[in-house]
Order: sequence, then C-alpha cells, then structure tokens
Amino acid sequence: MSTEKKNLLEVRNLTVHYETDEGIVEAVNNVSFDIAPGEILGVVGETGAGKTTIALSIMGLLPKPPAHVISGSIKLDGEEFLPSLPEPEGPFDFAKKGPWKAEQKKLELRFREIRGKKVSMMFQDPMTALNPVLYVGDQIAEVIKIHENISAAEAEKRAGDMLEVVGIPRERYKEYPHQFSGGMKQRVVIAIALACHPDLIIADEPTTALDVTIQAQVLQLLRNLQKEYGTAIMLITHDFGVVAEICDRCMVIYAGEKVESGNLEHIFDKNMHPYTRGMFESLPNLEEDTDRLKPIKGLMPNPMDLPSYCSFAERCDVCEEICKSRNPELIEVEPGHEVACILVTEKLAAQNNAKEVK
Amino acid sequence: MALIEIKNLKKYYTTPRGLLHAVDDVTLDIEKGKTLGVVGESGCGKSTLGKTLIRMEDSTSGSIKFNGKEITGMSQREFKPVRTQMQMIFQDPYASLDPRMSVSQLIAEPIQTYHLAKDKKELDDMVGALMDEVGLARRLVNSYPHELDGGRRQRIGIARALSLNPEFIVCDEPVSALDVSIQAQILNLLMDLQAEKNLTYMFITHDMSVVKHISDDICVMYLGQVVEKANYQELFINPMHPYAQALLSAIPVPSIHSKKERIILKGEITSPIDPKPCCRFAARCPYATDQCRETEPELKPVTGNPSHFVKCHRAEELAAAQ
Amino acid sequence: MSKITTPAMVKLSKKIEKNANVTSNTPGREALKRLRKNKTAMAGLIIILIMFIVAILAPVIAPYTYTEQDYTATMQGPSAAHIFGTDNLGRDLFSRCVYGTRYSLPIGIICTVIGLLCGGALGLCAAYFGGKVDMVIMRIIDVIQAIPSILLCIALVAILGNGMWQLIVAIAAGSIEGMTKNVRAAVFMVRSNEYVNSSKSIGVSDANIMVRHLLPNAVGMIVINAVGAVSGAILSISSLSYIGVGLVAPTPEWGAILSEGKTYMSVAPHMVLFPGLMIAITVVAFNLFGNGLRDALDPRLK
Repeated sequence: MSTEKKNLLEVRNLTVHYETDEGIVEAVNNVSFDIAPGEILGVVGETGAGKTTIALSIMGLLPKPPAHVISGSIKLDGEEFLPSLPEPEGPFDFAKKGPWKAEQKKLELRFREIRGKKVSMMFQDPMTALNPVLYVGDQIAEVIKIHENISAAEAEKRAGDMLEVVGIPRERYKEYPHQFSGGMKQRVVIAIALACHPDLIIADEPTTALDVTIQAQVLQLLRNLQKEYGTAIMLITHDFGVVAEICDRCMVIYAGEKVESGNLEHIFDKNMHPYTRGMFESLPNLEEDTDRLKPIKGLMPNPMDLPSYCSFAERCDVCEEICKSRNPELIEVEPGHEVACILVTEKLAAQNNAKEVK
Repeated sequence: MALIEIKNLKKYYTTPRGLLHAVDDVTLDIEKGKTLGVVGESGCGKSTLGKTLIRMEDSTSGSIKFNGKEITGMSQREFKPVRTQMQMIFQDPYASLDPRMSVSQLIAEPIQTYHLAKDKKELDDMVGALMDEVGLARRLVNSYPHELDGGRRQRIGIARALSLNPEFIVCDEPVSALDVSIQAQILNLLMDLQAEKNLTYMFITHDMSVVKHISDDICVMYLGQVVEKANYQELFINPMHPYAQALLSAIPVPSIHSKKERIILKGEITSPIDPKPCCRFAARCPYATDQCRETEPELKPVTGNPSHFVKCHRAEELAAAQ
Repeated sequence: MSKITTPAMVKLSKKIEKNANVTSNTPGREALKRLRKNKTAMAGLIIILIMFIVAILAPVIAPYTYTEQDYTATMQGPSAAHIFGTDNLGRDLFSRCVYGTRYSLPIGIICTVIGLLCGGALGLCAAYFGGKVDMVIMRIIDVIQAIPSILLCIALVAILGNGMWQLIVAIAAGSIEGMTKNVRAAVFMVRSNEYVNSSKSIGVSDANIMVRHLLPNAVGMIVINAVGAVSGAILSISSLSYIGVGLVAPTPEWGAILSEGKTYMSVAPHMVLFPGLMIAITVVAFNLFGNGLRDALDPRLK
C-alpha cells in the first residue's frame, strides 16, 4: 500500500459481534483494510465468513440488536463513522444512555446523508432489491431527488441518462421491474447505486444470481463505469474468477478474520496462507484435467466458540504444534502483501535471523 | 447399447401467454457408466429434461428408453420397479430434506418404501452402510438436517438416492448451493461412487468448470434444445456453436494469466413461449444471417468427427474461416 | 440474515462432533425450548392453566353457589364478603364468574376441535386433490363466508333451539370456513417444498407422503391457528349469550352475566366490569399463547 495516496476508506480493527439466544457470534474480528480512491477491492470468503457484516458496518446498516460493534474505526474520507462513546450497560445506565443516544442519532442522520451519495450498496439478489410497484426509472430518480436539490423533471432526466449509461434504452423508464430480466434488473440496481456518483460502491455478490453470459456483461459494465467515474468498489464474492476479472487488490476472509491480502499477483501466484491455497486447489481446473479435486477438510469453526489459536488450524494440512499455541498476527511479507499464518511468520523470522548471523 | 436413449423428447407447458417449450425435440444417448453433463443458463430447460427423464414430469411426446425398455407409456405400476433404477439428487440440500425427519429416517425412507429390509435390525444395518458409503459419521444417525451443514445434507441426499441401488442418477445442480471447499468434497464423492458402482450420471449444472471436471460428454442447451454435444475435451478445445463459444469464453477463470478473448453476448435469453421456427439463438448471435432467422438448423454431426454434434447453419463455415 | 442463522447451525454440528452420543434435539423439542423462553407466551399459558384449575376447583374456590341469592345485599359494590360485588338478585358475582370458567373454556375448546376436524378434512382434501375438488370445496366455503358468522350462528340456534349443544354446533359450524382455509393454506405451503418432490422421485406413495411429510410439517401452522380460534370461539359464546341466543339465565356464562348487568350499568358498573374482564383476560391469554406458539414453531415468521 502506498502511503502517499490518501485512502478513501480506512477500516481499523473492526470487531462486530451478534448477541443471540444461543451465545455471542463473533462475526468479524479485528479486521483492518483500506480502499484507495478508484480502486476495486475484492473480498473473498465462504458463507458465514463475515463478508456481509463488514459491508453492513460500513453502510451503517447493521441490525442493532443483535449486532454490536465492539471496537474499531471506520473512516470514510477521514470522517469517523463508528460511535466513540461506549454502549450503555443495560437499560438503567442513565449516565451513559443520554449522550450515547444523541451520538447514535447524529450518526444515523449523517449516514442518511452519505448513503447513496458517497457510498452506496448493491445487493446480491436483483429480483428483490427493486420495488415491484414502482417504475424502474422512478426508483433511480428517487435516489437523485433525495441527495440533490433538483426539480422532479430534472431528476427524471438524470435517471433516464443513468439508464442509458447502463445500457438500457431510455424508453423503458416507465416499466416495472417484473418486465425486466435478471441481468437487466441488475443493471437497474447498478444505475441506482451510481446515480449520485458515489465515491465508493459496496457490491455484495453482484453477479452470483446471474447466468455466466449475463455475469460477463455485468462485470464488463461495472469495470467500464468504474473507469469512467473513478468510483472505488468493494466487491464481495466467493468466486476467485470474478476477482481475477476486475479487482485490483484482494482480501481473503476466514471465520471473521482477514487471513491474507495483497494485489492479484500476491493472492493468485504468491499466496502463502494455507486457506487461500486450499481454496485454489479445491477449484476444478479448466485448463488441465485433474482426476481428483483437493477439498479443504472439515468445516469452518463455530463463530460462537472460536479457538484461542489459529482458527484454520483444525482444517489445515500443514498445521504444526505451534499453530495451536496462539493467534496468528497479520504480518507484511512484502510491501502490500499481508498474511496471518504462524508458520509463515516463523519462517520469515528464521530467515531474518539467518541473515543477521551472516 | 446405451443405457438411456432419448428420442425427440418434448415437454411443453400450457401457460396463459402460450405454449412454453421447456424441452423441445431433444435426442440423446447416455452410455452406461458415463456422465453426461448438461449445461445451459437458467430457463434453458435442463432441469425439466432431468425431471422428465425420470418421469417426475410426464413428457408431451417423444420416447425415453431405459435399458432398451420404453418408459414413457408405462403405468405407475409397471414403472415402479424401473423407478428404483433411476434416482435424483436435488439442488438445494436445505429444501430437499424433510426438516422433521432424522438422518436415519431420511435414509431409511426409500428402503421402507420398497420393503427392502426384513426387520428393524437389517434396516439399521443398511442405513449404517449407506452412511459409511457417503462419508457421514454414524454418530450423526439421530441428528436432524437443520443441525448439519450443506455438505453433510447433500451427503444425505446422495445416500437416499443410492439406497435403492440405482443404475442411473440425475444430479440436478448438486453442488451449486455449496461453498467451494465443500463442493470439491461432494464432487469427489460422486466420482468415487461412480467408479465403484459403475453408475451413470446425468449431471445438470450451470458451472462450466464443474461440468468439465465430472463429465465424459457434455451437451449445451439453449431454449429447450441441445445446440451442441461432444466429448468434454473436444467441446472445451473446439466449441463450434456460437453460443457454446460465448458460454465458454464468459467463464471467469481464477487465474491472472489467462487473458482470453471474451465474447460478450448482446441481449438475453429470449422467451421460450411459442418460439418462431428459426435458429433460437439468432437474435443474439454475432454471425446470424437471414438463413438463420428463417429456418431452423438441425443437430448434425460435424464432418470428420461423428461424435461431435452441432445445431448451427454456419458452424463448419465459421470453423473453416478461423 | 443468513449470517446469524448459519453460525447457530455450525455450532450445533460442532457440538455433535464433540460429543459422540449426544441426543439430537428434534425440531419439536427445540420449539418447546423456544416457547419456554418466550415470556409473553408463558404468561398466556399460565393464565390459561389457572383458568382451568379454577374451572375444576370451582366449588372449592367460590364462596357461594352461583344461584344463591341474598336479598339483603343486591347490587352491592365489591366488599370483603363479595369481592366482585353482587348482582340485582343478590347473587355473588365472584362465584358466578368462577363458575363461568366451566362454560366458556370447555365450550370454546370443543367448538374449535369440532371446527378443526371438519374444516381440516375439507382443507386437506382441497389442498391434496386440487383441481375440481379444490374448486368445489372452496366455492362452497366462499358462499358460507359471505354470511357473517355471527348471523350464521344466530340462524342455526334459531333452527336448533336454545341449549349448550345447539350452541356448540352453531359456533363450530361458524368456524369451519376459517379452519378450511387455514389448513388448506398450510398444506399447500408444505406441498411446494422440494422434499416432497424428493420423496416422489423415490417412489413413495401419495398416502405416505401425506402422512409422513405433509401433515407433520403442516401441523405446527394448524395448531397455531387453532389456538387463536379458541379465543374467537369464547368471544362468540359470550356474544351470543349477550344477545340472548346462547346460554340463558341463570347459567353463569360470562356473556350472559354481562347481558344481565347491562341494564344496571349506570348504577352498578361492577356488574359488567368483572365478567367483561374475565372474557378479556381469557381471550388475551389465548392470543398471547397462540402468538408465542407461532414464534416458537416458526421463528422465521416473527
């Protein structure tokens, strides 16, 4: 990561828990990352890894309760978006309750101002993300009207422009979502997300519900628009193919923790974390024939009962005694390439020692 | 002789807007012990084809021969013994298991239905053996589906399908609801079982890398029709139909080194309701001519390669030009 | 939010991994656990249970019989001797309300059960056979629905005559259309599940699919509606008694007591207050319990 460039989004030590009847779910643990202006960051992980929770935290859309932001900081353009005051302990903690509530309210108002304008979100399922009883065009115009002080006619014109930008003829402004196919709906969703030219779009599995040929269209569109408007994108996906297609950098999440991050070369060719490697090995290869796939054994650990050591240890092929002694720390193995694996840390330390001895 | 022979199979649904051609004139053979992959986008009729094949849906016309016997006209009673030979694995392991049944009840259901076990002990033994076979720990025998992850649930689905010792299994997107690391486990299991029991699969999926991994032959469907059918290697190296070419080129490859040309198709799959008698892909095809828009091509073997079928007027001409 | 439910699942499967011989929770047992945690549902259940105990022990709890008259103390407000006061004939209202539980509760439940059996059979047939059978049954139900159920009850009572059994038949008949629709909807919802297809693909017979898959999975929704219907039936009994076509004096049915008290409402408001409260508390209790049951059986519906 180049330090001279000012980051658009800075997330530091984000920890989010869900308090459920069964126990506390540690959904996101101590995750830090940055997104530079105009950059596409891929966030890869399996179901339940905490990808969506991270996205919702940035949007200020976490369902509270059950979600609680335990610690961390989310800075968008240098502005802090997580509450600084501690949560009141129980309903009778009047001393903390007043100021805490006031701050929550202020944050919520601020969030409403920036959502759509500065940062917007695209959800996975285009079928349910649109309101079925409104014209698609009006749904785009609505966002513009909320954030920009312009007349209804002007907003409608802008919404028509946006439709054309995403490749839908303006004439279809007055049609309902059910008259659109899946790929077209996802284009409308993109148009809504882009309507106010936000600095950051959070796309949560934007192509998972689409067919391959339509996925290719939508990805191409996203990439073109990103180039044109310079919008940064945080792309949440489980598909390394999509990452390879459009991302600049990539971050791998496992059991709520960031296990590896770096540019595409780091992640695809020089990956060091056993989980990242395992993911690549378990994919069927299109280029050469393989007799058997190499799945990662076992299951993701229970987020209500994470081990006090590396959470991947139980599934890891190269796990050693030392892996079960402590939590791995995230270290930078080369500029911009971070890995959280005890074995990698140890190996690096040994190499450094050897150098010093020489 | 092929295990499954399908001739001119059609399945139409009557809808308020017209006749929906879900499966239109499909002719296919599946050899014993082989896997036929069926790929295509949502709505292309691949699931309907699978369901019609094992008679979960009745076909509109055409013939399905299983082991040389015609099954389309059979009565329920005649079909019952054939039913045990043809099973299905469902897409969504969350929806396809009754939440109120335990693992043992779920696996025992088919055995009980056909009274294959003499007594409770034999039934338990059979359930245990099936659980071993699909890699489910026996201690899970009294668990309920909601307590298990997707991979284990899909193993239950596989055990149910295997319990009647079928020859042929229709796998309807069995791994698309699973995470990649789990997906690999299930694919390995399916391939091991095939090798062990000489099973025949029809593997329906939209995931090209999965279908290439598991199939011997692949057929590509578009709007209810088979547009190309070939050996898996042949199809991936030398796709002839413009749709198959676009489909293959659109796969996002998890590598930063394969910089291949993408063919981005214009538009989307058109309506399968009352299609016009022309090439159904013509509206999206970059090479479409007037001939394509007026007459429907036939599915015919490529010159020089009798096992490679393609349904395109211009396939050979385009291949020669390249 | 799949993110919240998935961990719970992972946790459970891990728990099973750890303890080899752990007995698994059936979905029913888990629902019971959720029900126990639901405070409002438990409050409703406790009130219902108390009502039942009161009904059984009525002669012990009530200080007087429900017909005993004290002409020296008519229309008295609550006092130590008569905690709910007395009515215009000098009968103890508390005793009458206590005996009232012996009418409202059992009649309400019997009506619901009869309605459920008739309506359930119709609904099951409609949902299972579909097509023409469904059409015919549902059109008949539509016709019945066009008549307000209270009018239907009054008409039936007028034909059958006054009396407890006539009342039960009338109210049960009035509840059939709702029950039919509920059961049909519940079975329809279950029928569209993929596991029904899965069993069909194995070759399980239709009857077995009904008994082993459709009913067990639909029963939760049906029970929820039935519990709600009990409070409706109790209200119907009281309404009918109030307008004089249900149980009549001197039967201490709450609606009947209320009806007697209405003439003296301005001078002795307690005569309508207490029976009214009894009706309200019972109905609320059944509704609370019904809602809690719904949350426990199907947490997604919340």
